[in-house]
Amino acid sequence: MSEGTMSLTLKVWRQKNSTSKGEFKTYPVSGISSDMSFLEMFDVLNEELITKGEESIAFDHDCREGICGMCSMYINGRPHGPKNAITTCQLHMRSFKDGDTITVEPWRASAFPIVKDLAVNRSAFDRIIASGGYVSVNTGNAKDANDILIPKEDADEAFSAAACIGCGACVAACKNASAMLFVSAKVSQLALLPQGKVESQKRVENMVAQMDVEGFGACTNTGACSAECPKGISLEHIARLNREYFSAKLTSNNV
Amino acid sequence: MSNKILDAKVPEGVLETKWTKYRSTVPLVNPSNKRNIEIIVVGSGLAGSSAAATLAELGYKVKVFCFQDSPRRAHSIAAQGGINAAKNYQNDGDSTYRLFYDTIKGGDYRAREGNVYRLAEVSTYIIDQCVAQGVPFAREYGGLLSNRSFGGTQVQRTFYAAGQTGQQLLLGAYSALERQVGMGTVKMHARHEMLDVVNIDGKCRGIIARDLVTGKLERHFGHAVLLCTGGYGNVFFLSTNAMGSNVTAAWKAHKKGAFFGNPCYTQIHPTCIPVSGDHQSKLTLMSESLRNDGRIWVPIKQNDTRKPTDIPENERDYYLERRYPAFGNLVPRDVASRAAKERCDAGYGVGASKMAVYLDFSFNMDRYGKVEATKRGLVDPDAKTIRELGKEVVKEKYGNLFDMYKQITGEDPYEIPMRIYPAVHYTMGGLWVDYNLMTTVPGLYALGEANFSDHGANRLGASALMQGLADGYFVLPYTIGSYLSNEIRTQSISTDHEAFVEAEKAVKERLEKILSIKGSKTVDYFHKRLGKIMWDKCGMARDKEGLEWAIKEIQSIQREFWSDVRVLGDANEFNPELEKAGRVADFLELGELMCVDALNRNESCGGHFRTEYQTEDGEALRDDENFAFVSAWEYKDANQFELHKEELHYENIKIAQRSYK
Ligand SMILES: Cc1cc2nc3c(=O)[nH]c(=O)nc-3n(C[C@H](O)[C@H](O)[C@H](O)COP(=O)(O)OP(=O)(O)OC[C@H]3O[C@@H](n4cnc5c(N)ncnc54)[C@H](O)[C@@H]3O)c2cc1C
Ligand code: SF4
Ligand code: FES
Repeated sequence: MSEGTMSLTLKVWRQKNSTSKGEFKTYPVSGISSDMSFLEMFDVLNEELITKGEESIAFDHDCREGICGMCSMYINGRPHGPKNAITTCQLHMRSFKDGDTITVEPWRASAFPIVKDLAVNRSAFDRIIASGGYVSVNTGNAKDANDILIPKEDADEAFSAAACIGCGACVAACKNASAMLFVSAKVSQLALLPQGKVESQKRVENMVAQMDVEGFGACTNTGACSAECPKGISLEHIARLNREYFSAKLTSNNV
Repeated sequence: MSNKILDAKVPEGVLETKWTKYRSTVPLVNPSNKRNIEIIVVGSGLAGSSAAATLAELGYKVKVFCFQDSPRRAHSIAAQGGINAAKNYQNDGDSTYRLFYDTIKGGDYRAREGNVYRLAEVSTYIIDQCVAQGVPFAREYGGLLSNRSFGGTQVQRTFYAAGQTGQQLLLGAYSALERQVGMGTVKMHARHEMLDVVNIDGKCRGIIARDLVTGKLERHFGHAVLLCTGGYGNVFFLSTNAMGSNVTAAWKAHKKGAFFGNPCYTQIHPTCIPVSGDHQSKLTLMSESLRNDGRIWVPIKQNDTRKPTDIPENERDYYLERRYPAFGNLVPRDVASRAAKERCDAGYGVGASKMAVYLDFSFNMDRYGKVEATKRGLVDPDAKTIRELGKEVVKEKYGNLFDMYKQITGEDPYEIPMRIYPAVHYTMGGLWVDYNLMTTVPGLYALGEANFSDHGANRLGASALMQGLADGYFVLPYTIGSYLSNEIRTQSISTDHEAFVEAEKAVKERLEKILSIKGSKTVDYFHKRLGKIMWDKCGMARDKEGLEWAIKEIQSIQREFWSDVRVLGDANEFNPELEKAGRVADFLELGELMCVDALNRNESCGGHFRTEYQTEDGEALRDDENFAFVSAWEYKDANQFELHKEELHYENIKIAQRSYK
């Protein structure tokens, strides 16, 4: 509920395109209601900038309800900002105080080049999925859905892995810019289900190989990824990926 | 107005076998020819991803476009509650016929029988396909799939994955799509926006797209083009749609000859988080599935300012249960929304704005709590223990929705009832398509929310996901054969063809025009003004006078936009403001057509409620004598549209006054 309005100072990363050099610019904003979302505060700032004749700040967003994974701001040194288990678009201004200075940057990782200002290119994630993050079943090949019995616990665990929104906060949070949490979520989801078991060996090998090709760093088990993940994807999935990976490597033809 | 009659090409024969027969006789394209046929799919939501993956599996060469940075982010990802299928796993009397019947009735007898029956028929394959892909639907302890109920039905046929069903279904379709990308059969173009279709000799042969990162305009040829570009609810500015959802692709097609079907049929969803202030950029849905376990009420006294938990049971008006005892809280959306508006307009609304009603879970939390207590063998548990146990059950079913609510409002729905109000959610209208899903332009198809088919004047909950996937996985891949089998001799047309050159030039000039105005008002300024007019005059209640006024007003905003909008930056760079401007310009034209259509339809049906046409107790009053048709509008020139009609025939269902009492 509304508790008056705030004035804030924003330090925002501005960068024209992937090849130019970027810098922080400082913008004062006022009249910010605590009911506004963080992105609505950016809307207000952008409207002001345009009215003043300055170009608005580019940032990615779409659903604005925490599910599409498009929004991606690194706020005061944390991906998606100060609160746990939410995305940037779900962050509300009631989490800040009048007079605060807020620093906003894009995700920083060499595998996620900057497009403009706060928007980055995360197509590496799509290529990782294309390398094996699926079950090979053509349309029309399926048998009756209830022919496959899946224990509720497994279904729930697979679901909790499948909740990943592909936002990339895990990469932005990791000092090595590793994509291990993202990859493990998909590997784990499909390894837990009978439909995915058949290909699990090939899948984990291909996805890990693609992750390396894309230039993501190595996983050193620091756990910052999971702590910053808006969907609370658990480190257990990384453990499961490692088990899958080592058992695949033991028997693999592709070593 | 001339009234040309449109042919929907629904196959002859008995309803139950129409599709099976047609499917087995539709001409095929042999595998070696498929390799030479290129198909463009615009949109990567449920409809686009499923179509693209399936067509590529069949051997066609496919190109996919989406404006987000990844196909996985299409707006389908946000669907919460579930997907219908006539599996009858609950043994509660469901069947293909019942799903068909519920959908026609729910749509207030304004949908095409043949299409809807086919939809109900293929619904069961969708669930099989998704499970095979690894979609983690909710399950029972025995390992079988679980179901819930949605509005407008009396069976449990909705499959779900917590409150994230759309996400899980889309990730399934996306993985099928990426599998084809990996195999090189699909070429993906993310961060691309389609800005025109290209017709050559009366057939659709490609598109003009803008690479949103570099701003470069591109020409793409296709033997056929599929628009799977979603709905246009954002014409209202505030809606539950994602910020980028737009009408641009459909509108460009409309201006190039595709008729627009039933543009005024809009779905206003009853359970959304109310507007909190002028800064609001979008509205958030609270899934219809919540109506399974939540009871809707307002105080019996007007302007009651007590806390909801302080209002005793006998001073609450469970108005849906009162007015519609047979369906209660599960009446269809149009009915529930109007009932909420009626209570708020009459002064019974709650919350600071008084434009909200309560959605209360306490009753069901206690009911679940008691069951849990019994299961655990607790003797005489106190009220607090029961409530805690019940909370756990509710949390498992709707946890993410409750968290979302708390995040946005700062209030805890486990403790006090949610405040909800209707919001724009879905558009039943869209490009007119025949039984093959082809628009009035040969070779140009529309799938998913972008077409007008299947839902009539009101869509039932959990049926959009079903329709998107039905279109993409199980309908279009067959029906497109009837067109492409005649195209096997068509060589790829060079994109140097003058039609491509001209289309690109027109797109370029329009972008330059927008940038050259350098006026004084932002794009959002115009969008908000349009939205307010649409909501006030073409929203939950419409009338002749208001619509006539709105048409004039929108036309004047169009003129103002083209002389006073301010868009900075360049066309040859990443420029989100420029993208937005183009979309709003199209919304301004669409908004006018929606009002024209609403004005023309002198009856009330489903989501289209003309206050002049209502029954004594305030229900929608249809006029089957004069309006049992689909309105399909042809674009003639700026502000000029011509009406064509597709007559609707009900051979298998007795058309009746819709009743949920
Ligand atoms: C919050 C919410 C919850 C919902 N919950 C449910 C539910 O529980 N059950 C249910 O059945 N339905 C639900 N719906 C409705 C349902 O989600 C949608 O109708 C459906 O997902 C639409 O799918 P689609 O594939 O047609 O389009 P979308 O998923 O909207 O995809 C559109 C695609 O087109 C692309 N696109 C658009 N324009 C262009 C352009 N010009 N150039 C290039 N690409 C373009 C976009 O990038 C995107 O990829 C819900 C809707 C909302 C808003
Ligand atoms: S694992 Fe978490 S942080 Fe990483 S992409 Fe998925 S949702 Fe985002
Ligand atoms: S905008 Fe979709 S998750 Fe934030």
